[in-house]
Amino acid sequence: MAETTANSDAASSEPAQKRGFVQSLEIDIRLLGMIAAFIVICVVFNLLTGGRFLTPRNIFNLTIQTVSVAIMATGMVFIIVTRHIDLSVGALLATCSAIMAMMQTAWIPQFFGLEIGHPMIPWITIIIGIAIGTLLGSFQGWLVGYLAIPAFIVTLGGLLVWRNVGWYITNGQTIGPLDETFRAFGGISGTLGAQWSWIVGALLAAGALYALMAARRAKLAHQFPVKPMWAEALVALFAVGGILGFIAILNSYQVPERVLQRQFAARGEEVPEGFTAAYGLPISVLLLIAIAVIMTVVAKKTRLGRYIFATGGNPDAAELSGINTRMLTVKVFAIMGALVAISAVVASARLANHSNDIGTLDELRVIAAAVIGGTALAGGVGTIYGAILGALIMQSLQSGMAMVGVDAPFQNMVVGAVLVLAVLIDTIYRKRTGDR
Amino acid sequence: MAVAETLESPKPVDRSGTPLVDLRDISIAFGGIKAVNQVSVDLYPGEVVGLLGHNGAGKSTLIKCLSGAYHKDAGEIYINGEQATINNPRDARRYNIETIYQTLALADNLDAASNLFLGRELTNLAGLVDDAAMEAETRKIMGRLNPNFKKFSAPVSALSGGQRQSVAIARAVYFNAKILIMDEPTAALGPQETQMVADLIDELKRQGLGIFLIDHDVHQVKNLCDRAAVMKNGELVGVVDVDAVSVDDILAMIIAGKRPEHLS
Repeated sequence: MAETTANSDAASSEPAQKRGFVQSLEIDIRLLGMIAAFIVICVVFNLLTGGRFLTPRNIFNLTIQTVSVAIMATGMVFIIVTRHIDLSVGALLATCSAIMAMMQTAWIPQFFGLEIGHPMIPWITIIIGIAIGTLLGSFQGWLVGYLAIPAFIVTLGGLLVWRNVGWYITNGQTIGPLDETFRAFGGISGTLGAQWSWIVGALLAAGALYALMAARRAKLAHQFPVKPMWAEALVALFAVGGILGFIAILNSYQVPERVLQRQFAARGEEVPEGFTAAYGLPISVLLLIAIAVIMTVVAKKTRLGRYIFATGGNPDAAELSGINTRMLTVKVFAIMGALVAISAVVASARLANHSNDIGTLDELRVIAAAVIGGTALAGGVGTIYGAILGALIMQSLQSGMAMVGVDAPFQNMVVGAVLVLAVLIDTIYRKRTGDR
Repeated sequence: MAVAETLESPKPVDRSGTPLVDLRDISIAFGGIKAVNQVSVDLYPGEVVGLLGHNGAGKSTLIKCLSGAYHKDAGEIYINGEQATINNPRDARRYNIETIYQTLALADNLDAASNLFLGRELTNLAGLVDDAAMEAETRKIMGRLNPNFKKFSAPVSALSGGQRQSVAIARAVYFNAKILIMDEPTAALGPQETQMVADLIDELKRQGLGIFLIDHDVHQVKNLCDRAAVMKNGELVGVVDVDAVSVDDILAMIIAGKRPEHLS
C-alpha cells in the first residue's frame, strides 16, 4: 500500500525534462494512431487506383459523403459515453427528412399559402425539422431516463417506428425536387467558392491559434507546467497547415466546363474566354466543422459535458454528486435528435429529394464511426474529433473499395471486419497502457 | 494503529443546544425486510458519533436516508431543529451534508479536480468550465490535506486508495460541510493515511462540524468518536458515551445486542 503510493508519486513527480517527443507534444496517442491509419488507407487506395483516390475531386466527394454520418456520430459519442446506445438514428433521419420534404413541397404551400420557391420556405422547414428531431429525441430520452427502459430497447423500437412513420407520411413516394436553397446544404450544389473558402480557412486557422494560445496562457496564469515552445509551435504548424492545406485542395477542384456553360446559359450569357471557377468549401462541411467545434466545447468546457463524462465513468458517483442523471439522459438524447435532424437536411439535400430508404443502416455506420473513433462502449471515454475521423475512415474504405472495383458484398464484409479489428486494437492498447 | 497516542482529548461536547441533526424514528424496509426499524440518533456540533454494527445491521442504510441516497419509509429528520425534507443527494447538499462513501464515489475517468468540483464546477465569465482555476484550487487544498499528492492531471483510476480517499475528503472539506458522513473512511488506507484521516476528523471537530462515522473497528470508534450508536438487525441497541464504556462493552452491544449493565 505505502509502497505503491510511493512508487506512483515518484513516477508522477519525475521532472518534466526527460519526456519523449510525443509526450512533449501532449497529443492523444490514439488520435495519432487513427490519423496514421487514415493516411495508410488513403495511400494504399491511391496506389491501387493509379492516383485517382487522392485527386481534389475525390477528396471533395469523400468529405461531402462523410458529413451526414459524421454529424450524427458526434451526438452518438455523448450517447455511448453515458452508457446508452441509439439504434434509431437512421430511421429518425428518415422521419425528419420526410417531414421536411413534405413541408417544403406540400404543407407550407397548402396551409400557409407561401408559394413553392418562396425564400422563407427552406428556413421554416429547417427550424421545424430540427425542433421535431429534438422533440422525438427527448421523448426517447425520457423513456430511457425516467421510465428506465433500456436504451437498446427504446431505440430498437424507435428504429421500426420512425422508419415507418417516414414511410406513412410520404406514402412511400420519393418527394422532390427539394427547394434550391435547402439543397445548398447538401454538398456540391452549395459551396463557398475560392475566395470565401480562403477567408473561412484563415478564420479557422486564427481560431485554432487563439485556442492554443489561450490554453497556454491559462496554464501559465496558474503556474502549471506547459509544453516546450517548440512543441507548441509544431502543433500550431500542423493545425494551420492542415486547415489551409484542406482548403487549398478543395479550391483546386475546378467546376467542369459544361457546368459553367449551363450556369451562364441560365442567365443568358456566354462563358468568358479562360474563365474558371473552383467549388471550394462545401456549406455542409462548414456545418460539420461548426458542429464539431460546438460539440467539443460542450464536451470539454461546459458543465453538461462534464456531467456526461462523469455519469459515464460512474453513474452512482454522478448521482451522489447531485447530478440529475435522468434529466441528463433526456438532454443527451435531445442533442442526438437535433443532430439527426440536421443530418437529415444534409442527406436529403445531397440527394436533391427525399427517398423512402434514406438513412437505411445509418445507425450502424454512426455507431461504428464513434467506436472506431475511440468511444468505449463501457462508457466514460470518447472524443468528438475521434468520431469524425472514424466516419472519415469508414467512408474512405467504402469509396476506395468501390473505386478499386471490389464487389458490393465484399465492401460491407471489409467494413464489418475493420470495425471489429479497430475495437480489438483499442482493447489491447488500453490493456497495455493500463487505461480502463 | 498509531491513532491513540497522538490524539489529544478535546474538550467535551456541549449538548445543551439544539442538535445539528436529529433523526427520529427512521424506518425503511426493502421487500418486507425491515432494514432500519424506528431508529433515533442525534448529533451535536463538534461531535463525532460512531455507528457500529455487523454487516447488514442497517447502519449504512440509516445514514443513506440522511445523505439522500435512500428514501425513508417513515420518521423525521431535523436539521438545526427544523424539519428537513431530503429526497435526493441534491437536497442533502442544500443542508450542507457531505458524504464520503465506503465505495468511493468518484468518477474514475475524470481527474482529481473534476471530481472535487463535480456538480459544483467553477466557471468563467462565459459560463464555461474553468479547469485551470479548479486545478489551482485543488492543488491548494491537497497541499493542506495530502502534500504528497502530485497526480493532478491523471484520471483518479490511476490513484492509490489513499489518494482517492483524500480527493473524496477534500471535496467535503472544500465545500464547507456542516454535517459530514463518513462510511468506513479508513477501510482502504494504510497506517499513515489512517493517521491523516484521524487528524483531519479532529480538526473538523474543532471547526464545529458534526460527523457520523460508520466503522467496523471498535478501537477506532473509541478513539475517534464521542458517542457510539450500536445497531443490530435494523434496530438501535443503544447510544453510549465512549468514555463511559469499555471496548468489551461495545463489542457485547454489537454481538449480543444488549446495553452494558452498569448503564441500564
